[in-house]
Amino acid sequence: MAHGFLAHHAQDDVGVATRDLHAGEVVEGVYMDSEQSISITLASNVPLGHKVALKDLPANSECREYNEIIGRITADIAKGELVHVHNLKSIRWA
Amino acid sequence: MPSTTFWGYRRANGTVGTRNHVIILPVDDLSNAAAETLSHMIQGTMAIPHPYGRLQFGEDLDLTFRTLIGAGANPNVAAVVVLCIEPKWGKLVADGIAKTGKPVASFAIEDAGDIGTIAAAAKTLREFVLDASELKREWLPVSDAVFSVKCGESDTTSGLASNPAVGSAVEWLVEQGATVIFGETSEITGAEHIIAARFQTDAGREKYLRMHQSYQDLIIQSGADLLGSQPTQGNIKGGLTTIEEKALGNIQKIGNLTIADAIEPAVTPPGKGLYFMDSSSAAAEMVTLCAAAGSMFHFFTTGQGNIIGNAIIPVLKTTANPKTANIMSDHIDVDISGMLTRELSLKSAGEKLLDMMTRIAGGRMSCSEALGHKEFVLTKLYRSA
Repeated sequence: MAHGFLAHHAQDDVGVATRDLHAGEVVEGVYMDSEQSISITLASNVPLGHKVALKDLPANSECREYNEIIGRITADIAKGELVHVHNLKSIRWA
Repeated sequence: MPSTTFWGYRRANGTVGTRNHVIILPVDDLSNAAAETLSHMIQGTMAIPHPYGRLQFGEDLDLTFRTLIGAGANPNVAAVVVLCIEPKWGKLVADGIAKTGKPVASFAIEDAGDIGTIAAAAKTLREFVLDASELKREWLPVSDAVFSVKCGESDTTSGLASNPAVGSAVEWLVEQGATVIFGETSEITGAEHIIAARFQTDAGREKYLRMHQSYQDLIIQSGADLLGSQPTQGNIKGGLTTIEEKALGNIQKIGNLTIADAIEPAVTPPGKGLYFMDSSSAAAEMVTLCAAAGSMFHFFTTGQGNIIGNAIIPVLKTTANPKTANIMSDHIDVDISGMLTRELSLKSAGEKLLDMMTRIAGGRMSCSEALGHKEFVLTKLYRSA
């Protein structure tokens, strides 16, 4: 398998690991809408199914996946870091 | 090319089914014991126990009646014995089921006690199961069928792969002229604008948005933080972070289809195409409502490994998570984890699901059936009197 993560849309801030990824690894990913490839150096371990930041994401900005808003970033995230409940929160029901 | 026909049962009212159940349906919790005893006494029958049916009132009682009548009326059911502590509600449920033209009889336990009721009901049940055992399967068009879809213990692989695969299968079924039910009102929070835009009529859209808002109000009024419940701990473990992300993955199950209308829980879709049913996202509750709405077959995707089945309808389970496909393989009818490595295309994955649907609809047991999953869970709207 060439790729290690998939992203839904070119505008997305995050990709989803399709296998367990490890900090320091240089990993290829694919944007599913355009078939474009992207390469990222991982700053954290990202387990299968978890999200990796595809760009630097400043705190308080909105986070996009499916080219839609999936929540608000709660702490600065660097490209290649794990994105999950510790740094991303729902905007709904708050 | 998927099969446009399946090997099923045509019922007296024209509906088509995948199973030939003869069921014993208690109207209330008190009748469960007699129902279970009858299912052991008369072979080939099944009791459908549940914990409610006493002192309910208003909309909550209406939903319970609708669910029980719908379960009995489901095309997977050949005949029904209804048990109830009092005669009146038992007759009401039996009369509702009798409109389908299938054999149904009700027995009130307070007329004879458990033992007397069992003795009388057993004779009727014996007749029903002997007659049902002679009913034959025939090749039937999927265009006459009602299907339903739901995801559970989802993770990011659900939105990335298994839900789009079901979406591809559902697009094909609707193209053939079938009816498909989806729902999970709370779980569309964050994607409601996309669902609302898919309604074919303004009236349908407004109905949907009212259902959506009613659920939002309930959550806000409760003052609770739903993180941990929605998304669940399992969702979070699987990589899903927010309800918005879960919702955007969830709605992949309807592909690019438009929505014919929004319907109340446990109501039969009035026509063909895709219907949104107001329903909980709890798997057993939602699938039970689908069975009550007349679904004959359920597609269920899972990320982390939900193991649900249903008493009335076979549940096909699929996952795109390779770890789950491996660890939970006992429960997985179709492994589509090849989608993550991109060795399996979306279209091929959809066809794999349809092929297995044809087999299970035609009589192969689903994993959930083989493992004895007969979940039947009533949706309770509020406390009883």
